[in-house]
Amino acid sequence: MFAGTIRMSVPILLPALGDIYTQRSGILNLGVEGVMLMGALAGFLGVAFTDNLFIGMVFSAFIGMISAGVMAFLSVTVKANQVIAGTAITILGAGLSSFLFRAIFGVQKLPPLVREFPVCKIPVLSDIPYIGTIFFEHNLFVYLAYILVPLTWLILERTTFGLNARAVGEHPHAADAKGINVSLTRYLCVLIGGAYAGLGGAFLSIGFMNTFLAQMVGGRGFIAIAVVVFSRWEPFRALAAALLFGVANALQVRLQAMGVPFPPQALQALPYIMTIVVLLSVSRRASFPSAYTIPFSREER
Amino acid sequence: MAYAVEMSNICKSFNKGKVQALDGVNFTLGRAKIHGILGENGAGKTTLMNVLFGLYRADSGTICVNGKPVEIHRPKDARALGIGMVHQHFMLVRTMTVAENVVLGLPSSKAPFLDIKSATSKLLELSNVFGLKIDPGAKVWQLSVGEQQRAEIVSVLYRGVDILILDEPTAVLTPAETRDFFKMLGKMKAEGKSVVLITHKLEEIFDIADEATVLRNGKLACSTEVSNTSKQELTRMMVGKDVLFNLKKSSYEKNALDSNERLKVKNLSALNNKGLSALDNLNFSIEAGEILGVAGVDGNGQSELCEVLTGLRRIESGDISVNGTSCTGREPKAFIDLGVAHIPEDRHMTGMAMNMDVSRNLIIKDFDRKEYSFLGILKSGAIERNADRAIAEYEIKTSGAEARVRELSGGNQQKIILARELGKNPKVIIANQPTRGLDIGATEYVRQKLLEARDNGAAILLVSADLEEIMQLSDRIAVMYRGRMTGIVPGASTMEEIGLMMAGYDNTKPEACNA
Repeated sequence: MFAGTIRMSVPILLPALGDIYTQRSGILNLGVEGVMLMGALAGFLGVAFTDNLFIGMVFSAFIGMISAGVMAFLSVTVKANQVIAGTAITILGAGLSSFLFRAIFGVQKLPPLVREFPVCKIPVLSDIPYIGTIFFEHNLFVYLAYILVPLTWLILERTTFGLNARAVGEHPHAADAKGINVSLTRYLCVLIGGAYAGLGGAFLSIGFMNTFLAQMVGGRGFIAIAVVVFSRWEPFRALAAALLFGVANALQVRLQAMGVPFPPQALQALPYIMTIVVLLSVSRRASFPSAYTIPFSREER
Repeated sequence: MAYAVEMSNICKSFNKGKVQALDGVNFTLGRAKIHGILGENGAGKTTLMNVLFGLYRADSGTICVNGKPVEIHRPKDARALGIGMVHQHFMLVRTMTVAENVVLGLPSSKAPFLDIKSATSKLLELSNVFGLKIDPGAKVWQLSVGEQQRAEIVSVLYRGVDILILDEPTAVLTPAETRDFFKMLGKMKAEGKSVVLITHKLEEIFDIADEATVLRNGKLACSTEVSNTSKQELTRMMVGKDVLFNLKKSSYEKNALDSNERLKVKNLSALNNKGLSALDNLNFSIEAGEILGVAGVDGNGQSELCEVLTGLRRIESGDISVNGTSCTGREPKAFIDLGVAHIPEDRHMTGMAMNMDVSRNLIIKDFDRKEYSFLGILKSGAIERNADRAIAEYEIKTSGAEARVRELSGGNQQKIILARELGKNPKVIIANQPTRGLDIGATEYVRQKLLEARDNGAAILLVSADLEEIMQLSDRIAVMYRGRMTGIVPGASTMEEIGLMMAGYDNTKPEACNA
């Protein structure tokens, strides 16, 4: 069950980490869900056609960036309303991914499967009794997600790019006056968010289920957005929130297997309900970046 | 010797040519000189400097820096030429430390990582040279306004500027802080830096500047050496006429009976938006026909006080009574019904609905009264008649009652608020910065209307950052410092006395405190 917790936290953690960049720069990308679906499909296609898992991963990140690029264009260049633009991306991603999937593979009784991602046992560490199986017997996606937690923190807090991203989200006029390219910074942050979300989607298709299903993301993109807000834009808090979701998920699987007299649908909703309740109670004082969802134009103030 | 900056024939319009902000302005700045730019609100002072700094692009005109013609498209270009600007609204990211703000936008020696350590030591060095006290590790939101300004200046100096533009730097400072600030400017001049000082305070020009440029309505009114001119001449250039304010103010006689007490505040405490103490045990009262001026540097609890007195902010403890009725814990509606009028600080946010028309904005507080609605349906005839009357009486310049208030000038927007708030003979008026951002004519109008309301028996609380306004209008003056009133003095007190109180010195006699 604990290994399951770690595994099930990944499709929340990856998009959430990416969305930290996006939101810190002042953009609310409600399209994460759609970007994840596109990433899930791209990963599946990559593996199905090349039989190379690595290519599937890279392709999913690339398609994630392209999907998020549409969001960046709408919100930064066109200065469209971000709620509407993001919702459009979600609808587009959901429709386009299942359309392309059917167009390519046709309607089949059983979903096509691709080859499984191998579990990488980390030598020595995975031999530690008990702990070894929980932490060190996973596939590449899981390790990647966990490495990205401190890396994201490092980039945001300790690099010039991170400082620029935070400044652009808090006070774009100040950033502009100091010579930072506000539009470019926001574009980059949205694209990074797209790459992470694409990978998050690909984890579901090629890293977990070995197939693609139209509903497979199942609202995790929205949970990830909530996780970012409620973790107050900090990677380590986002990790805690993602683990919470993972625990709830592993728990409901276990409960179903035990045959608890409860409708399975109610059990499946458990992780979402638990996550939202806990997040709401710990996040009362979330203070948003000051320029959140506000487009920037130089001569307007 | 070439000028540090020479701008010729600068034109700039906004809103697709509807507003001509700058019209053929020439400007020269001598090397190692302090140059004052004077002008009324909206005269184009800030716009001119924003053009020099690359925030706005001029429609036409040329700029030379150190004798060479240059193109400045963005702030980065200006900085490359050694030009730095400190804005009126600070360009600081509040959630970051001073040092982080300083290195923002600069290449790092340890790229891609930040190098806060070496920035910190360079900052401390700079602050020694120019006598600017600053803590590089402090978060900006924790700093006082004066400290934030020093942080801004130090961050501009850090970039090695030769030409420093300061936009109304003393507006937020106490008189003592201003003295230190001028000392620092002197040091900068001695180091060979050229300084542009945008201001509307004439005295400052004569205190510190070498040269002065006066702008009026986007045009150059005059440009001169300060030693060749006089205050009278510059004033005439600024306003375009000789006379300044000519307010009629009757003398105020305190009634012996206490029955005239319109607003009374007892042991009042409240928190600000961050949950910190904003008002700390205030006690005062205002009588009918009296103006109590509240002076003080912005952010010492004045805004919170006005919000509390109109029911917009919850109080922690204490009691407010209007006309003898306690309003503690009541809704804003209760305050309105008791005759409390509110001229809010921010017209656009709390004063009016910018996208609604003039007539609706005029009844926005009375829409549910019988005169204007019946069973929830608005009576458009009555609303229009009310608007026409107000437009005529208050001389509101608008294309009609259906014009959206967004399209009106600031002065006319303020007249709509005055018509709405003063039209009903209020018992108490809470006026927060009623003339901020208005031109000289509108300012005079607002002040005149406030005095009229006072003579009609209203009790007025007037908050203003403009000390002269407070001294002109008030019968008594209170000074707020860190959420406390450092004393209440008669309206005839001296500027110096009040200046000291603004910095926190309580020099009032105990009996004045109990007034």
